[in-house]
Amino acid sequence: MKTARLPEWMDRHSGPIFVLPAVLLILAFSIFPLVISAWLALSQFRLGTGGYEIRFVGLLNFKKLLTGSQQFHFLGTFAEIPLIGWLIVALVFGALAVAARRYATFGRVSVIGVAGRLISFPLIGALAVLFATTLGGQIGSLSTTLFYVIVGVTLQFLVGTGLAFLCTQNIRGRSFFRLVFFVPLMVTPVGTAYTFRMLADTTVGPFAPIWRALGLGNFAWASDPWTARIVIVLGDSWQWIPFIFIIMLAAFESQPRDQVEAAQVDGASTFQIFRDITWPSVAPVAATVVLIRVVEAFKIVDLPNVLTNGGPGIATESLTLHAFIEWRALNLGGSAAIAYLLLFVATVLCVSFVNMVVVPMRRSRQ
Amino acid sequence: MRIFEPKALGTMAPATKLVVYGILGLWTLIVLFPLYWVLVTSFKLPIHVFDGPNYLPFIDFLPSLHAWRYIFFDLGRDTFRPYGNSLIVAATSTALAVTAGTLAAYALSRIEFRPRLLSIGVFLVVMFAAIVAVAHSGADWRIAAASGVALFVLAARATRRLPSPQLGNAEILFWMISQRILPPVVAVVPIYVMLQQVGLLDTRSALVLTYATVNLPIVVWLMYDFLISIPRELEESAAIDGASRFRILREIVLPLAKPGLVATALLVFILAWNEYLLALFLSTVKAQTIPLLVAAQNATRGPQWWYMSVLITIMILPVIALTIVLQRFIAKGLLLGALKG
Repeated sequence: MKTARLPEWMDRHSGPIFVLPAVLLILAFSIFPLVISAWLALSQFRLGTGGYEIRFVGLLNFKKLLTGSQQFHFLGTFAEIPLIGWLIVALVFGALAVAARRYATFGRVSVIGVAGRLISFPLIGALAVLFATTLGGQIGSLSTTLFYVIVGVTLQFLVGTGLAFLCTQNIRGRSFFRLVFFVPLMVTPVGTAYTFRMLADTTVGPFAPIWRALGLGNFAWASDPWTARIVIVLGDSWQWIPFIFIIMLAAFESQPRDQVEAAQVDGASTFQIFRDITWPSVAPVAATVVLIRVVEAFKIVDLPNVLTNGGPGIATESLTLHAFIEWRALNLGGSAAIAYLLLFVATVLCVSFVNMVVVPMRRSRQ
Repeated sequence: MRIFEPKALGTMAPATKLVVYGILGLWTLIVLFPLYWVLVTSFKLPIHVFDGPNYLPFIDFLPSLHAWRYIFFDLGRDTFRPYGNSLIVAATSTALAVTAGTLAAYALSRIEFRPRLLSIGVFLVVMFAAIVAVAHSGADWRIAAASGVALFVLAARATRRLPSPQLGNAEILFWMISQRILPPVVAVVPIYVMLQQVGLLDTRSALVLTYATVNLPIVVWLMYDFLISIPRELEESAAIDGASRFRILREIVLPLAKPGLVATALLVFILAWNEYLLALFLSTVKAQTIPLLVAAQNATRGPQWWYMSVLITIMILPVIALTIVLQRFIAKGLLLGALKG
């Protein structure tokens, strides 16, 4: 009897049994560490004689990063706002104003929606101001990470989508291109980083003759903050364009052909067809794929670590690398505080992106 | 001049065609050239690298197998152990993540869950108390964990009749997927301490469990969308015939979900195979994975490009082979996930 009863019991409780392994894994390796980490962020870790000591210090670690001795590292050094800084601030505030207006007129206004926007709009605005005010001095690891995320994902999305669109045209060798374009995704990020270090070498790298011809033979990209950051973005893009390519390709291929053909018969140009038929049908996929990339891009660490080791100075340090460096210096509290701030910024920005871009795009399609 | 106008519908004008092939060819070059450079570097002697750039083997320099010999014979076991570790860790963690994730996604797509907010609150309080007990009062973690579980079960039973807001499947799903936003660096120090406490540091099991957790949200997300798009009529008629949920899942749902499963598994495998940061924290010698070995070639004497190139080459090969074998599933499987999100 007993043997027959167990399967029956399991079948009746199959729901919880199915979910349990996933929940246990997340609790043990995600939620539990998160709680411990919160406690670490509020304390100071010190190696003493014969062991270590953890002392509760409240918000000291956060204060150090935001206003204290580590401010230059996390937020950056402030200076007068250059022209491009003003442009960025104007752009971001304009976009926020448009988004707020649109929400007030067309959106389904709710308490949670308003509360969420009261968190995300000021944060986005503050990040823009921070970026602009530190641009003339030295941008900190927070702004550097945002630079990697925004510039990197934009570049990857444009190139990946463009290539995918070209591959859906009536061309030969489509399966060849599809396979080849997928390859960079398979290279380990550490490998990509070292490969780009070899390629970007201005004296013995493969492009050295070109550098020499341009008179840049002695130019060290790694010692200029902005060229170093751009090389990192290029390496990251080389790696991740395939991901966007493969998903956008599938999206383009799954749209019905008859609408496009009807438009062609009516004499619409390729550009018109793309704008009015193709793009609206793939926009939800595009929003989702950008979201996935943004989520992953916030965690960038391998490339700056290997390519530039965070240098020159702290110029190319992403937040994860910053936290790692603090951890290596045994400043566990500071490391956890940086990680928490990263989590906060990434969560707010990703959730805002979901609510303000992904969901409306999907709704408009239905 | 009609070079920009197509001859017939659905074909391209000659000039457009030239541009399209030009761009695709250029991108093929951009993709393949770095890999070519890695491959030729693996056949270079240090001198060929430093008096470079040398492009073509046999013309610009005489290729040498010294780096391959060093990696395969001199290092020998120190290459194969990390390689084996990587294979085992990536394969096992993929299997674990895909199994746990698919089960959860299936349950969330078919069965209604109503977890009570109050019980979740009780759980968090109990967990916090247990952590404080271990960290501050030096209680044994085994006792703390056991009494914590017991306390939670008792408290949950006691508060069962109390009114409480309930959550739904959408919230559970969002909770699971949102775990992916968590940067590994937030969790890794506590995981390090935790694994040290249970004596799992620098073992493959430690990496398997962490990788599985990190990749679980991707599986849940992609598989949920795949499973929800599968029509339920077959399952319902099977249920009427008395088939258990396990049997329905195994014999009806999984075969239908195969493209999604394969594509998800491949993606998760690639992510686990290439992972660096967590391995850096959680393994030293015994469980060292191959990305760590690549980074280790950046020795005190400066980066050993030739050895690195060999390692990068042998790291890519299995993944390319796997991708070619599974190619037809990839686009189909990933698309459904992305379409519904």
